[in-house]
Order: sequence, then structure tokens, then C-alpha cells
Amino acid sequence: MSSQGVDLKKRRMLITATAGLSAVGAGFALVPFLSYWQPSARAKALGAPETVDISKLQPGAMMTAKWRGKVCWVVRRTEETLKTLQENTAHLADPDSEVPQQPEYCKNYHRSIKPEFLVAVGICTHLGCSPTYRPEIGPADLGEDWKGGFFCACHGSRFDLSARVYKGVPAPTNLVIPKHKYLSDTLVVIGEDEGGAA
Amino acid sequence: MSFMTWIDERFPATKVWNEHLAQYYAPKNFNFWYFFGSLAMLVLVNQIVTGIWLAMAYKPDATLAFASVEYIMRDVEWGWLIRYLHSTGASAFFVVVYLHMFRGLMYGSYRKPRELLWIIGMIIYVAMMATAFMGYLLPWGQMSYWGAQVIINLFQAIPVIGDDLSVWIRGDFVISDATLNRFFALHFLLPFILAALVFVHIVALHKVGSNNPDGIEIKKGPKGNRWSDTAPADGIPFHPYYSVKDIAGVIGFLIIFLAIVFFAPEFGGYFLEAPNFEPANPLKTPEHIAPVWYFTPFYAILRAVPSFAGTQVWGVIAMFASIIVLFFLPWLDKSPVKSIRYKGPIFKAMIAMFVLVFIVLGYLGMMPPSPVATLVAQICTILYFVFFLAMPIYSKMDTTKPVPERVTK
Repeated sequence: MSSQGVDLKKRRMLITATAGLSAVGAGFALVPFLSYWQPSARAKALGAPETVDISKLQPGAMMTAKWRGKVCWVVRRTEETLKTLQENTAHLADPDSEVPQQPEYCKNYHRSIKPEFLVAVGICTHLGCSPTYRPEIGPADLGEDWKGGFFCACHGSRFDLSARVYKGVPAPTNLVIPKHKYLSDTLVVIGEDEGGAA
Repeated sequence: MSFMTWIDERFPATKVWNEHLAQYYAPKNFNFWYFFGSLAMLVLVNQIVTGIWLAMAYKPDATLAFASVEYIMRDVEWGWLIRYLHSTGASAFFVVVYLHMFRGLMYGSYRKPRELLWIIGMIIYVAMMATAFMGYLLPWGQMSYWGAQVIINLFQAIPVIGDDLSVWIRGDFVISDATLNRFFALHFLLPFILAALVFVHIVALHKVGSNNPDGIEIKKGPKGNRWSDTAPADGIPFHPYYSVKDIAGVIGFLIIFLAIVFFAPEFGGYFLEAPNFEPANPLKTPEHIAPVWYFTPFYAILRAVPSFAGTQVWGVIAMFASIIVLFFLPWLDKSPVKSIRYKGPIFKAMIAMFVLVFIVLGYLGMMPPSPVATLVAQICTILYFVFFLAMPIYSKMDTTKPVPERVTK
């Protein structure tokens, strides 16, 4: 084949343009394949807010609910517990909840709307295990200083009864407090507050 | 015209046979460490065949998966055997691959000109880990569920994009039916990618030629052997010499492998973990979760690094770094000799320490966390990285023995 009269510059330009445009096309073609992995409309619908009846919850007890498939705890705390939570903070990494792991209205020592009730996502901020509720004072396995809280058996993270993380444990932050609101004294909605759904 | 001639004019059957088997000259001094490459291929074939058979009765659906595995175990004809071959095969795969990699580490099989061969092998190893991880979710037991939860949350630790990334991987806000279904699809796909990578691995091997326990390049030595005047004097044809030797290895392997399949398929909870006999429960984490044994050294490294500056990403970085560092091995080893046979006391001490550290980390990764265990894991993590990162220094200052011209027995 003769290469006489071939405009090499034009040829290179055409090669670059063809290859470049193909790459852009391939990029667009990738979108449906990658988007396919996003939560489906059904999965999103199942993530709707969850209403919980807390009328039967006794002081010191905990109940679990499911929101977006995640464990949510509702704990009814006693007066003594609240006192401990307010005063006993030296061992906590973030006692004042500076890291935004909660809605603004829960940025207080009890990390809730009503001091008595804690609503928290029961998933460890380390690697997603569900910690166990350990309300007892000074049990043998957790040590004498334990004033009640949540213990993650997977990797040994500790949280107090306001779901605040201890210093020097694998979990970096306090547990997440979901948006929530009270419909009445005994009905709480998880996943939605006065500002709308999460 | 013979039948083979007819074929060869249309497809290079004889040429390929000769180039890769009958006239592929491998060093004559291979020892038992050279069994594990062919055994890894055997196990891969076992995994693909038993896996396809399992897929004929398995249901990748969160409400049906657990029961379908029990159905295979109890009601499907020979289902128990196919499933135990598959579950034991997963562990066997890692056993032979770890031994195969250790062989490379001992004899310097990653050194020039085999750097790319080593890297392709490392890609196979990473793909294998991904395959094993996705497969472990499929029985939909407690350990499947919570193990996957922990591993996917590793990606959540990545700053900024972590949350969206983990939702994208799961296809939901938690591990759910969507996650199970896609993991099944990917677990079915990856073995074929593995098989393709093995092919590439062997193409690269046959380009540079096999290393050997002496770390001598037989292609650079004298020429001429019983079969060919131009082939390396220290080489023997792969077929029939090593094909037959490998069959002997296969027999030895199958005796041990099938003994486990028949008499101890759970292997005391190490191959099939006890919590996995309970269906997945998203509301209850088992008391103690640990990955299967082949991931535990890396899991121990993950747990050993504490979180600071408000993120646990450091442990995740350390864990991934512990695998990525292996890719750089060809350039970390600066010793003038390849094989451990001619390396000095420092390297021998370091490799012994590495083996010990790897086993201790593997043990700690199975144990529940405690302050003492965490401290030991932290020391071992440091030593793990010292082995690799200090290698450019100690491999250079170490004394070495003179390497002979020809391979030894």
C-alpha cells in the first residue's frame, strides 16, 4: 500500500478521536452495570421509618427493633444510670458527642430526646458487629469499673449506656443515634424526625 | 496423511504439546515442594466441578439458601460428598497455595526474570481470597452473615466514599438477599477468571523457565542432554518425568484430602465453623466471630492496629498493606543468591521468624480479643512488616555461600 499523499496528522487525529470517543461510549455503557448494584426501589422502600411501641419497657430494660434491616435498641435508663452517665466520663473518647454520630437534638450527655430513653443503632462503629447489652455493675468478665453499657464481643469495644465509646478500644466513634421522634408518650418513630425522613 | 498431520495443519496440537510438555525442559532437581503447583490446579478443577454440581441444587435466596444447603446434605443423592469435597477443597486450596508460595519464598522463585510470574501468582491469590469470601456467604449461616458484615464494613472505613461504597457492594443498607444473590453470581464467575489467570501464570512460567531448589538458571548452564543437543544439560522433559512425579503427588494429596472429607469434614470447626450451623440472624451477632483459618493472619493484623484520629481506617490499611507488600517481594530481596540453600544465617533466621509470626497471627485471629493477645498481635504485626521492609538491608548484608555451576541433588 502506498503511503504517498497520506495526511499522517489527520490520520493520527482520526485514530485519537475514534479511540477517545469509544472510551467515552464505554464509560457510558458502564453506568447501567454499576448502577445495577445500588439498592433497588424495593430495598429503599423497606428502609422506611419504623414505629416502635415502648409502653411495656421497664426501667433498666432494653428492647430491639429493626430499621433498614439494622438492629435498633431502645433502652429505658434508671435515675442512677443517668447520674453515672453525667458524671462518669473520664474513660470516654468523645463524652460530649463532638463527632456527628447523632442528630443535633441528641448532642447531650444522654444522647437522646428524653433522658430516660436511649434510641441507638446497635451496630458497632468498628466493623459492624452488634454489641451486647450489659447493664450490670462490675461483672467479672468486664471488670470492676464497668458501670453498665454495651460490649462488642467481636473485637472488644466498649460503650456506656449513652452508647458513647470508651478510649483505647477498636471502635473509633460513638454508636449512631438515628433520627427519631415521639408520636406519643409510648410511640417512637425511628428513621424520621420533625425535619423529615433519614 | 496421518490424522495428526491433518490436525496440525489446522491447529498447532503437536507444537503446543511439545513446547509445554514433551519438550519443555524443567530442572532435574525438583523436590516435593514442587508438587503444590499442580495440586493447586487439581483443587481448582475440584472446586469448579463440585461447585457447578452444588449450584444445581442450591438456592441463592435469603429465605431458601440455608435450607437448600441442608437439603443437599440430607436429601440429594451423594449431596453430602459433593458439598464436603467443595468445603474441604476451599481449605485445601489455601493449604497448597500457601505451601506453593512458601516454596517460592525459600528458593527465590520471584527473583529476576520471574518477577511478573510472581505478580500474576499474587493476583491469583487475591482473586482466590475474593472467591472464598463470597462463597462463604452462600450457606447463609450465622458466621457467613456476620463474617461478610465485618469484611464489607472494612470498605466502610475508607474516608469520604466508604458509606456509599459499602451500600453499593451490598445493594442494601445491610447484608440481605440482594447481597447473597450477587455474591452467588460472582462466586460462580470468579473461578473461570482464576482458571484464565492460571493459564497466564503458566504461559509466563514457560517463557522464563522453572526455578529450582538451587536457584540456578539452567538455561545459562551447559547445553545438551539425552533428548536434545540444544536443551539445558540440567533439564529433563516435563512429560513424562514430572507429569508422572506429579501423579505420585496427587495420590499422596488425595489420601490426606479424602481422609478429611470422609472422617473430619468440619475439621474441628476450622473448615466449617460451628455458628454456621445456625441460620443467619441479622439481629444477633454470635459471641465470637472469626474468619475461616486462611484469613486469620490478616484478620489479626486488622485487629492489632488501634483506631485513632476518629477512624479505624489504619487497621484496614495495615491489613491490605500486609498483602500488597508481597507483590513487591521481587524488588525487596537484594541478596546475590536466590535459594535459601546458599543464603546466610540472617535470612534463615528471618524466614523462620516469618513462619512463626504468620502462624501466631493465624492463631490469634481465631481467638477472642484480650489485652495480652492484642499486644502479641501488635508485636507480630510489626515483625511481619519487618521481614519484608527490612529485607533490602538484611538480604544485602547477609553472608552467602558460593552457588555451584550445576544443579545438585
